[in-house]
Amino acid sequence: MQELTQYLFSGITTGAIYAVIAVGLSMLYASTELINFAHGEFVMVGAMALVTLWVHLGLPLPVAILGAIALGCTIGLLFERFAIRTARSPQPIVLIIITVGASIFLRGLGMITWGKDPFGVPSFSSHDSIEILGAALVAQSFWIVGAAILLAGGIHFFLKQTLTGKAMVACAVNRKAAWLTGIPSETMAVLAFAISTGCGAVAGIFIAPITMSSYDMGTILGLKGFCAAMIGGIGSLWGAFAGGILLGVLESMGAGLISSGLKDAIAFILLLLILYIRPGGLFAAKEAKRF
Amino acid sequence: MTIQDHDDSRASGSLLEVRELTKRFGGVVAQDKISFSIEPGIVCGLIGPNGAGKTTLFNMITGIYQPDAGQVLFNGKDTRKMAVHQIVGAGIARTFQHVELFGSMTLLENVLVGMHVRTRAGFWGAVTRLPWVKTEEQEARKKALQLLDFTGLSDWADKPAGDLPVGRQKTAEIARALASDPRLLLLDEPAAGLNAVETEQLGRLIAQVKDRGVTMMLVEHDMSLAMGISDNVIVLDQGKKLAQGTPREIQNNETVMAAYLGQG
Amino acid sequence: MAQNTKKLWIEHSLFLAVVLVAGLFLENAYYLQILTFIGINTLLALGLNMLMGYAGQVSLGHAAFYGIGAYTTAILSGTFGISPWLALVAATGAAVFIAFVVGLPTLKLSGYYLGMGTLGFGMIVNILFREWAPVTGGASGFVGIPPLAAGPVNFMSGRAYFFLVWGVVLAAILICRRILASRMGRALRSIHDGENASLAVGVNTHALKLQIFMFSAGLGAVAGFLYAHFVLFISPGSFGFMASVKMVTMVVIGGMASVWGALFGAALLTLLPEVLHGFAEYEMVVFGLILMGVMIFLPQGLTKGFMDLISKRRRRDHSRP
Repeated sequence: MQELTQYLFSGITTGAIYAVIAVGLSMLYASTELINFAHGEFVMVGAMALVTLWVHLGLPLPVAILGAIALGCTIGLLFERFAIRTARSPQPIVLIIITVGASIFLRGLGMITWGKDPFGVPSFSSHDSIEILGAALVAQSFWIVGAAILLAGGIHFFLKQTLTGKAMVACAVNRKAAWLTGIPSETMAVLAFAISTGCGAVAGIFIAPITMSSYDMGTILGLKGFCAAMIGGIGSLWGAFAGGILLGVLESMGAGLISSGLKDAIAFILLLLILYIRPGGLFAAKEAKRF
Repeated sequence: MTIQDHDDSRASGSLLEVRELTKRFGGVVAQDKISFSIEPGIVCGLIGPNGAGKTTLFNMITGIYQPDAGQVLFNGKDTRKMAVHQIVGAGIARTFQHVELFGSMTLLENVLVGMHVRTRAGFWGAVTRLPWVKTEEQEARKKALQLLDFTGLSDWADKPAGDLPVGRQKTAEIARALASDPRLLLLDEPAAGLNAVETEQLGRLIAQVKDRGVTMMLVEHDMSLAMGISDNVIVLDQGKKLAQGTPREIQNNETVMAAYLGQG
Repeated sequence: MAQNTKKLWIEHSLFLAVVLVAGLFLENAYYLQILTFIGINTLLALGLNMLMGYAGQVSLGHAAFYGIGAYTTAILSGTFGISPWLALVAATGAAVFIAFVVGLPTLKLSGYYLGMGTLGFGMIVNILFREWAPVTGGASGFVGIPPLAAGPVNFMSGRAYFFLVWGVVLAAILICRRILASRMGRALRSIHDGENASLAVGVNTHALKLQIFMFSAGLGAVAGFLYAHFVLFISPGSFGFMASVKMVTMVVIGGMASVWGALFGAALLTLLPEVLHGFAEYEMVVFGLILMGVMIFLPQGLTKGFMDLISKRRRRDHSRP
């Protein structure tokens, strides 16, 4: 029982990580109908930037966090401007390869900038781990889950309640119609990218204390973030959140109860199941859109 | 290449029978309990104001959309369980409102693709090139050239389909549709974008196709063509069937007039 | 029509001539090795090209079939001592069968969903290679793959293997060409031009996509077989996501829907790491830039992009008043 609870807790922690990543991905899709295969690299950028700013340069934590987010957003904006907007053909296959290429490019840049070694980062608060039901929960877990909830809730509020947010969604649903009503779709796309990549950076920032950060941490995290977003229903923020938690818990249970080697496979098996059985995801309200 | 044996419908000898066909898209009822039947050998015009659901009807007959209720019986067989390509095999072919030729392929190749359901050679046939495969290919080409000749397009046989002038492209689509030896040919606004001369040529082509024994149903906004060439006319409005009858009966029908003139 | 066939004969003869000259007169073993790798990668690119370029299906997990080919022959001929030639049949059969099973539900998806589905499949297979240690050797790889031999011919020498690989490539090119010139090829190209219309004229698009998926899986497995018996050691790292991405890049750069484009892309991507050896650090950055650059500016690929540029210039020079 104690073991199960431990698996559950570590699963929730990992799940919150996936949730934050998935929220950024889903948010971008909800506003631009684009799936960014390079999203994981923004997570890496956030984490590595935190390492440099907080650990190596010794800046105060809030400043370092803001700096890392700013870096993520900037790269995201450059990415949108040069890679996405200039693309001559918006077919999915082309966009997929562009974003895959971008992920390799960013990973290469990461390797050149930070080298191949992994870095550790201290926890944000120096609390000891808390014991609940006989299982330990690290302080950072609370930071991560808190960040996930804030992000999902914040963006959800933004998209549903604010005018700008609603404008963004309108652009995704029907770009021409949105443009006709005066919504500057290019600005909306830029904003969406900034928020999405910013989210990615936030994920990296909050993850850094509990995993080792290195230039290649982004790939598998990004891929699992997809799986989580798809499980919950791509385009749905609470779906991404729920999908992330669910994936984390299932992974943790699977690794603990069945085999740790197959842990990585769980995400992809779930992805395939969702694609075949319910492509809209578990929590999507309406039928999934086909591209 | 043989045409499949068609059993004739037991009930009325009609080729196509549509019963209470209904289709909803979200809250909109695109087709509301449409029923009609078409005798073999005639040309049936399908007219109605824009948005009446004509293309949706075609899409349901050809299997692209599944009806929410009702049946489509072709030669007595329910087509709802059939996939789109199987329906083509059963003998229904169509053309599109906006020409959808295969742009990177030559006109001849387009027509040959139209013949896909009537030919057999697959992967192993392609790789081994056995004698029967070569014979099938030769006969297919011969038949395709005959079709191009019939439709007056022989000169463009080896040109990319995208290079054809727009008027000819519509005819090319008809040639491609005829390649599958259909019993029923659905033409979706074949005269759209054609000038008066081309429309007249189209009318003559349709008459010639009718002579070959192909039943046709055409959606058309050009009234002179539709009324001039149809034996039977069905009028749709807002998803409902308003009227069905000979062109003269329809022209004198007041409800039809109101539908066309009363609304936008 | 006859002109087209004549052109093809010339192309193939030229190709054969180049292969023969290179194989017979090259003395440098290193160059022979590189060229052999180009040949193996060409097989991968050819199959994927048919799938992506003609059937229009993106596959981000194709390295799985490459790996299935390699591991099947490694296990059968290495662990069980079965003749590699029999193992080849088994490897190809396994890949084709798995492609059928996986393709059936996956190819019903489209666009991004298809990309993700194939990606997920590729990752699962790779994890299997990594974790099933007793059979595959796990993350440390599989040692002890026997070299090939056929009667008196021993394929250990670089020259012999070079000819073996390029012979298979030539056969694969001929098969691809035959497919494209046939009823099946026309149907494929029609899917590429307009899937809705293709379906509407009676092409069973789903079945066709599945067949091409199976064909490309088979070619991938043959490439894996040739790779395994060439390097005599394989590890899961060679058959992961990056490998799948490299394959897609080869096809995309060379130009989808172009048989020679596949060769060009394979050559480019095999030579790139060699060229960048001095700048090993920059390999990923350059790679990523190339991928992005080509897809942003020349989505139809370099081969077609070039030809389009040339024909545009020619049209301008010969423009009639």
